[in-house]
Amino acid sequence: MTAFYGVELKSRLMLGTARYPSPAGLARAVKAARAEVVTVSLRRESGADRSGQQFWTMVREFGVRVLPNTAGCHSVKEAVTTAHMARELFDTAWIKLEVIGEHDTLQPDVFGLVEAARILTAEGFEVFPYTTEDLVVAEKLVEAGCRVLMPWGAPIGSGRGLNNILGLKSLRAHFADVPMVVDAGIGLPSHATQAMEMGFDAVLINTAVAQACDPVLMAEAFAKAVEAGALAHRAGPMEPRDMAVPSTPVIGQAFFR
Amino acid sequence: MRLVVNGNSREVSTEVRTLASALNELGFSNMIVATAVNGVFVPAQERERQTLADGDQLEVLAPMQGG
Repeated sequence: MTAFYGVELKSRLMLGTARYPSPAGLARAVKAARAEVVTVSLRRESGADRSGQQFWTMVREFGVRVLPNTAGCHSVKEAVTTAHMARELFDTAWIKLEVIGEHDTLQPDVFGLVEAARILTAEGFEVFPYTTEDLVVAEKLVEAGCRVLMPWGAPIGSGRGLNNILGLKSLRAHFADVPMVVDAGIGLPSHATQAMEMGFDAVLINTAVAQACDPVLMAEAFAKAVEAGALAHRAGPMEPRDMAVPSTPVIGQAFFR
Repeated sequence: MRLVVNGNSREVSTEVRTLASALNELGFSNMIVATAVNGVFVPAQERERQTLADGDQLEVLAPMQGG
């Protein structure tokens, strides 16, 4: 069983908590997904409606581990400060580190990401860096102390699946011992299955579940898809061929002439 | 004293000297929040010692939905 900073998880499906039609819908989706990790964030508290307090009360009732993110941070300073605040707020050393470099694609600023990862790991954080499939960046992140990587499938919220299969396969092969979670861009359960079949250790899904017509049903679909993909990887998929190979034995075949 | 709290200008009484007292007066007491003053994180145990000055910028963050 793969461990994420020493934490072994039965479920390979991590779930985001944003963009659900209702808090009750989120709660049912978390249960249907059988998720053991949910991502959370932190935003300005108005003080009037106490929405943040209500949300946190609900999440604690889920009985799952939380993975706070630094979503929306565009600089190292912002990300590091947000991580400090998240550690206190959520009482965890885990941080999904996002340093966004480009507005349209929300592509990670990988230079800032490595710098922030180095700072935070030195301070005892257990960093889940949201990165691209770039091998050199991955190497720098591992050197910085990251013991988990979170490569993107496609731009956040795009639902386009795994954009660069070759790059992701290469990343998986080069860092065989580093737990990896495919994060962002997964739109369908089949995308999640594909990631798991390729040997990734988990997937993180948010929009694909939250924005489905029936988020609870979709959460269940993703749970089954992730499980199927993980089983398939363990089973060892066959190698594809270009030409047909008869599956029915030809020896003993009758001749009718 | 005038403070900028989560981007909004807020007036607090002259008795407010520390971050802890400001949070209390602004209605954040007993809430689970994390704080920063002028862009620097202030841990909860430091709020009593963190003094404030006119124009200081406070960030008061709470748990929120995230992906």
